[in-house]
Amino acid sequence: MTLSIEIRESARIALSAIRANKLRSGLTTLGVVIGILTATLVGTLLNGMTDAFERSVSSLGADVINIGRFPWASFDDYRTYRNRREITFQQFRELERQITTAAAIAPQCEDFGQSVGYERRRAKGVWLVGNTEVALSIRGLTVERGRWITASDVSSERAVCVLGSYLSEAFFPNDNPLGKRIRIKDTPYEVVGVLAPMGNMMGWNQDNQVVIPVSRFQGDFGRRPDYTITIKARRPDRVDETLNEVRSLFRRIRKIEPGRMDDFALNQQEAILAFFSGFKTTLASFGFFVTGLSLFVGGIGIMNIMFVSVAERTKEIGIRKALGAKRRTILIQFLLEAATITLIAGIIGIGLAWPISWKIGDIARESGSIFEARMSWAIVAFALFVSGTTGVIAGFIPAWRASRMNPVDALRSEN
Amino acid sequence: MPLIRIENLARHYVMGTETVHALRGVSLSIERGEYLAIMGPSGSGKSTLMNLLGCLDTPNEGVYELNGKNVARMTDNELADIRNREIGFVFQSFNLLARSDALHNVELPLIYAGLPPKERRERARATLANVGLGDRMHHRPNELSGGQRQRVAIARALVNSPSIILADEPTGNLDSKTGVGILALFEELSRRGNTIIVVTHEEEVALHSRRVIRIRDGLIAADEINREQRAVVDGAAVALAGITPLFIV
Repeated sequence: MTLSIEIRESARIALSAIRANKLRSGLTTLGVVIGILTATLVGTLLNGMTDAFERSVSSLGADVINIGRFPWASFDDYRTYRNRREITFQQFRELERQITTAAAIAPQCEDFGQSVGYERRRAKGVWLVGNTEVALSIRGLTVERGRWITASDVSSERAVCVLGSYLSEAFFPNDNPLGKRIRIKDTPYEVVGVLAPMGNMMGWNQDNQVVIPVSRFQGDFGRRPDYTITIKARRPDRVDETLNEVRSLFRRIRKIEPGRMDDFALNQQEAILAFFSGFKTTLASFGFFVTGLSLFVGGIGIMNIMFVSVAERTKEIGIRKALGAKRRTILIQFLLEAATITLIAGIIGIGLAWPISWKIGDIARESGSIFEARMSWAIVAFALFVSGTTGVIAGFIPAWRASRMNPVDALRSEN
Repeated sequence: MPLIRIENLARHYVMGTETVHALRGVSLSIERGEYLAIMGPSGSGKSTLMNLLGCLDTPNEGVYELNGKNVARMTDNELADIRNREIGFVFQSFNLLARSDALHNVELPLIYAGLPPKERRERARATLANVGLGDRMHHRPNELSGGQRQRVAIARALVNSPSIILADEPTGNLDSKTGVGILALFEELSRRGNTIIVVTHEEEVALHSRRVIRIRDGLIAADEINREQRAVVDGAAVALAGITPLFIV
């Protein structure tokens, strides 16, 4: 008897047995459904996060160091850092003057809730950034139209701005934005450039920004803004050298006594990376745990239902054996039945995860995130594989028992 | 060479502390083409003998040669092959698969024999037509009468052209008129050269065979040639004569 004929017949039997016991089969699969649902969702989320991360943070470059009051990735209380002394423009100037291992250094000050208007249109919650001419390359930005801020814009405190692509589209859907005057708070600024779309970085929309000369920021939006300083290392392979120099110079500039802790944070893409991968690990182990637990519980349920199925069909097993079914045939029949039940459960799980992942994607998009929940074929294939395997493992003992039945005893059975 | 040769076949069961000797050493030869009845009261060991002859069970002692092969010492899987190719079972309670239609029930032995779908469907159709059920192929067992079910079972027993048709109380669940119809079918099969072994406790049924073996207490009590075999004519049983003993053990 060839294996393919055997498997086809077994699949037929399995499907008809499941059809005959829809409710029972359905209830038992619940555990497997939940397991596969979790596995698929967590997998999809991890996919989306990795993807979003790669499209945002990694554009910064590994050779960029950022000085600020707040560390980029930390589980500590926000208030620990809030009371730190501000970083001033003078401190930036000092650092710029003394540093020897930097390819470029730029100050930046920002405000996350500005309102910007053009004619009757207004945008709120705009990310307003004060930059110098150097920041373009350090921040890893690209100008799509027009130009970036120049050194003379900064020195003569010109009221010019570069728009993020989101704002540009919001204000000038059909017009050329260059040369137009927008209002930031109450001050008019002339648009000189538009940035290429970037997407999100850790949750906020980078395209919803306006860049102005850092010198204008001091005048128009606060006398003593809190600066961050971005430094590009001169040698990308010796970032540590730059990091050490920056730390010791800046401690001296901020007059921190030896033995006391830094009152500023040196941030790198790596820190986010580490934080992010820690978060991913947590999420993955949570998903693994829930999946494992529900598959285990579901598997026990499947084993149980298969024992019932074998007991109910003892006579059938006897008949089949009398007609020439081998142990292997009976084993495959019941294994396939168990695997079919769990595969259906897997398909249901995937079917539930699909709209949920779309919903998550929608919510993320509405909140301006570039996070995309994408269920890849690899995840679907993996989920199907896991669910089928669960069935085979859970169904093995009942199927084994069925295959070893003595035909005389099985035929004598009432069922 | 006889089709079946058994020598000192014994089978006992251990039930708790007790050992039940169901068969205590039976020797027997059956030739190809015989129509034979095994008779005996319940508990006589006739079911055990039938299970052994049908390769559903293996003996504790003795030799069982089927077509010259000793099947007494075969493994489970080898026995499954023998059952599939050499033996066609007809049971008292039909033992059809309830969820499958007549055609698929008849196809089963051919599936286990590994025949391709097209060929096995053709053979199953032809066999069903032979037992007069050409118009009932897609009926399920619960849509068929008792006699029709037994015909499906007989078609299933015949479909793989086995060496022996082994029938266990084939008329036990049928009314007498339907039973006679089944016996007529056996007669026809016998006339075409099939070897038929019927296990029964009804004299009425045994009278249709050519040879009657009586089992009592796990031993053969009598092995008789039925000189005046009853024949079924127009669906009615006609008694022709009595039985002449061949020898008495």
